[in-house]
Formats: sequence, structure tokens, C-alpha cells
Amino acid sequence: MGCSRVGAQLAGMLDAEGHNVTIMDVEPYSFRKLPQTFKGVALVGNGLEDEALKKAGIEEADVFVSTTQGDNRNVMACQIAKHIYHVPKVVSRIYDPIREEMYRNLGLDTVSPTRVVADLLKDRIEG
Amino acid sequence: MYIIVVGGGEVGYHLSKILLNDGHEVLILEQDASRCERLTEELGAIVHRGDGCEATTLDSVGTGRADMLVAVTDGDEDNLVACQVAKHKFNVPRTIARMTNPNNETIFKALGIDATVSSTNLILAHIEQELPSHPLIPLLKLRSGTFEVVEIKVPPGSDVVGKKIGSFRMPKGSVVLLVIGKEKGPFIPTDDTVLEAEDEVVAITSAENEEAMRAILSGK
Repeated sequence: MGCSRVGAQLAGMLDAEGHNVTIMDVEPYSFRKLPQTFKGVALVGNGLEDEALKKAGIEEADVFVSTTQGDNRNVMACQIAKHIYHVPKVVSRIYDPIREEMYRNLGLDTVSPTRVVADLLKDRIEG
Repeated sequence: MYIIVVGGGEVGYHLSKILLNDGHEVLILEQDASRCERLTEELGAIVHRGDGCEATTLDSVGTGRADMLVAVTDGDEDNLVACQVAKHKFNVPRTIARMTNPNNETIFKALGIDATVSSTNLILAHIEQELPSHPLIPLLKLRSGTFEVVEIKVPPGSDVVGKKIGSFRMPKGSVVLLVIGKEKGPFIPTDDTVLEAEDEVVAITSAENEEAMRAILSGK
């Protein structure tokens, strides 16, 4: 969910590996970021809405990843995927490291780009 | 009580005003600077500019001692996160979230929000009551979610006109509470009450029996 740069890149990578990928975004224009070779499904829809999620096939999905620009949107979508649809693997991007830590403690699988990139930059400076 | 209101829009403003009048300690969290200024002018120095979803902001306003947090921004996901942070990081005993999308009610409940208010549903219910042709009007959903109070108007051609309430079988778990007669006005019915056309029947029923109830009273 979320055809951001990261979302599009990830979808392209998974698709190239032969997985069945569906990417959702509320803004069809954002699908331009998908690689030319992308063979998956690009679906216009809001990942916070039941109907759109079902259309995207959430009931059969093995993995759900949320990569929109909004932390709260990601967190809500992932909790829906995990607790309502029981998707086996759910990963959320959360920019705010404090919020990320809290939701990790609540059992969500989370990645904070802020923390990851800051660590990488620090390593680079010191290394 | 110390109550934190997240979102200083129209709902946040009027809610805070009522809570202040009731003698509560109220703090409004609002992100927009000009909105903050206006709220401060109207309500006094109870406004803090900041993001109510951010733990640092909530920490700085003493959320740890809050008795309740009410999130009334127009973003459902923001209200959800504000309530979850309050609950899990600051142990606020009671959290209430406003939702715009009524479908989110089950999700919010499943995710531990104590109470939800769907502004869309409230508005819809009020409009439905004003529609003369609508056969069944949901008046009130009880908090447990299983039972609701509904109002049904008996149409002139219905089979139940002229019959006693005790003579036809209501769906299981449904009870007629009140009859509002066109001329007689409202009264508490007994099994011997004879229904007349245009009577408004107020009943308690479960969501799954709502349709059966409507079918019996409209006599189709």
C-alpha cells in the first residue's frame, strides 16, 4: 500500500523475483514510478477502506507492506491487515522513531527509515 | 477530570467549551497556528500547539495524569494513533475517537479504543428519521452492539392493522416498547393493544432480526 518511491521500488523487486504483487495508491499518477517491466496489479484505492483491501486480495495475501508517506496511515492499515484479516506477515514503515518503538512493542513489524538512515550516515562518517 | 482534546476544529472547540463549563480541566492539542490563536482568544490559555499523535507532545502536556483523551480531528487514522499512543504509552484510562468512516467502528474497537463516535452515522440517522417513506428507522444502537431501538410506521395496507400485538409473533428477542398513535399519542402497549394504520411502533430488536421485524409490521 502506497506507491511511494520505496513502495514502487519494493514492488518492482518482488515482482521481478516472481511474486504475485498488487500495489495500491489513492493517486493513479504515482504508478509512473513503477518499473517498465512491472507485471503485477496497480490498483487505485485507499488501503484504509475494507472494499479496496478486499479488491486488492487481502484475504488471500501472504504479506502486507505499508509504505505511504503518513505514519498514522501506515500504522492503521497494518493493524487492519494483521488483526482483522490475519495476514501472516505485515510490515509497516514508520518515520517517527518513537512511534515506531511503541508499535514494535505492540507487536507490529516495523521499519523506521529515520533511524536506519541516521545509523548508516553515522557509520559512514565514522568509518 | 483532566481531559485532553486532540484536534481544535469545530467539534474540538464546542466539546472543549462544554467540558470547561462542566468544570473539567481541558487541554486542546492543535497543529495549526492560526487556529490555536483563535481557540486561545475564545477559550483562554488551554491550547497547546503540536501533534497529538507524537509521544513527545503528549508527554509535554502531562498526558500521564490525564483521565481521558478524546481525539476529534477529521482524520480517522490520526484519531486512532492519538488514542493508541495515549493508551499504551501513557496509560490513559479512557480514550474516545471520532470517525468519519462508519466502517472503522469494528476496527477501532478491535484495536482497543474504548469508545467511538461516528459523525457520519449520527448525521445519517437524523436524516433518516426525517424521511417520511422510510419503513424502519434505527433510533439508537446500544453500546454492546447487539440490540438497537428502532421505529417502524405501520402502513395502511398492512396485515397487522386491527390486530392485537399479542396475536402475531415477533422475532426472537424483539419487544415492542411504545406505540405512538396518530390520535392517541404515545402509550405503553400490552398484548391486547390493537394496532392501527399509521401507528408508530418503537421496538427493541437485534440487528439480525431488524428485517424480520420490519416485514411483520409492514405486513408484506
